[in-house]
Amino acid sequence: MTQTEFLHIVMPFKDKVFRLAKRLLVSREEAEDATQEVLLKLWKNKKKMQEYKNVEAFSMTMTKNFCLDKLKSKQAQNLKLVHSNYQDNNTSLQKQLEFNDSVNWVAKIIEDLPEQQKLVIQLRDIEQYDFDEIAKMLDMNNTAVRVALSRARKTIREKLTKTHNYGVK
Amino acid sequence: MVLNNIEQLLEKYHNGETSLKEEQQLKNYFTQETVAPHLEMYKPMFTYFSLSQEEQFTKDVPLKTNKNNLYKWISVAAVAVLMIGFYFKTPQSSTEDLGTYDDPEMAYLEVKKSLEMISTQFNKGASSINYLAEVENTTSLIFKK
Repeated sequence: MTQTEFLHIVMPFKDKVFRLAKRLLVSREEAEDATQEVLLKLWKNKKKMQEYKNVEAFSMTMTKNFCLDKLKSKQAQNLKLVHSNYQDNNTSLQKQLEFNDSVNWVAKIIEDLPEQQKLVIQLRDIEQYDFDEIAKMLDMNNTAVRVALSRARKTIREKLTKTHNYGVK
Repeated sequence: MVLNNIEQLLEKYHNGETSLKEEQQLKNYFTQETVAPHLEMYKPMFTYFSLSQEEQFTKDVPLKTNKNNLYKWISVAAVAVLMIGFYFKTPQSSTEDLGTYDDPEMAYLEVKKSLEMISTQFNKGASSINYLAEVENTTSLIFKK
């Protein structure tokens, strides 16, 4: 497999890998490193790549595992990432400051979700995979994915309602 | 009517029962300018989803081909082999095995034979330069005068 062929396969989903990594690791730099690592691993095993039925789903699973490992090793070292000063540059594109603020709120709410719910929200609401694909990527069954998703969405709703009504009620 | 539909969809959405198409419908509704006031709180959520969808990975991935590496190492090995070859290339060493005799009698006879051969050959050679003595004779004749 040549480099161009590889890039051809990888290009369409590399952003998804990156966003998933960023969802879990939060900081942009960490996510970039993780993505790079995942892509390099794929490149190293490029001979086996033809055997995989779905390279994209496989890479997503790989990314998930890689990021969770990373988080675990961080916890083991007792070095917790502090993200309180982290700012998402992306949403600053938004014109209205207030609106921008509430969009950031959503990011923060999602950040506080348990890892599995984070993953499900990311894969479903942002990357728009269908349930079967998500189930395969996360090694869960279909219903479990739906339950996790429903819980995550309800948590987000609850917290959003709270912040939205803050100062009103 | 539309609003009713959206509310129903939202309920389904929160139960995790919506299809991707229905979710897209919700997203479209909530990313437009005006949203029903009591649903406004969902706006940032769907906006956030659409925004995050656009984020891109911009870092370069250094893809190295292993092939190049292999060639590199082959050339290094070739150079090393050449250098070693030159270094150890000594003129024909005289350590060739010529065989030996076990019986000392035989060895003695054989040595004698070889030495005899050498001496005869030597004498033969020496006899052929006997005439050089003539030069000596003549020069002594001349210089004595």
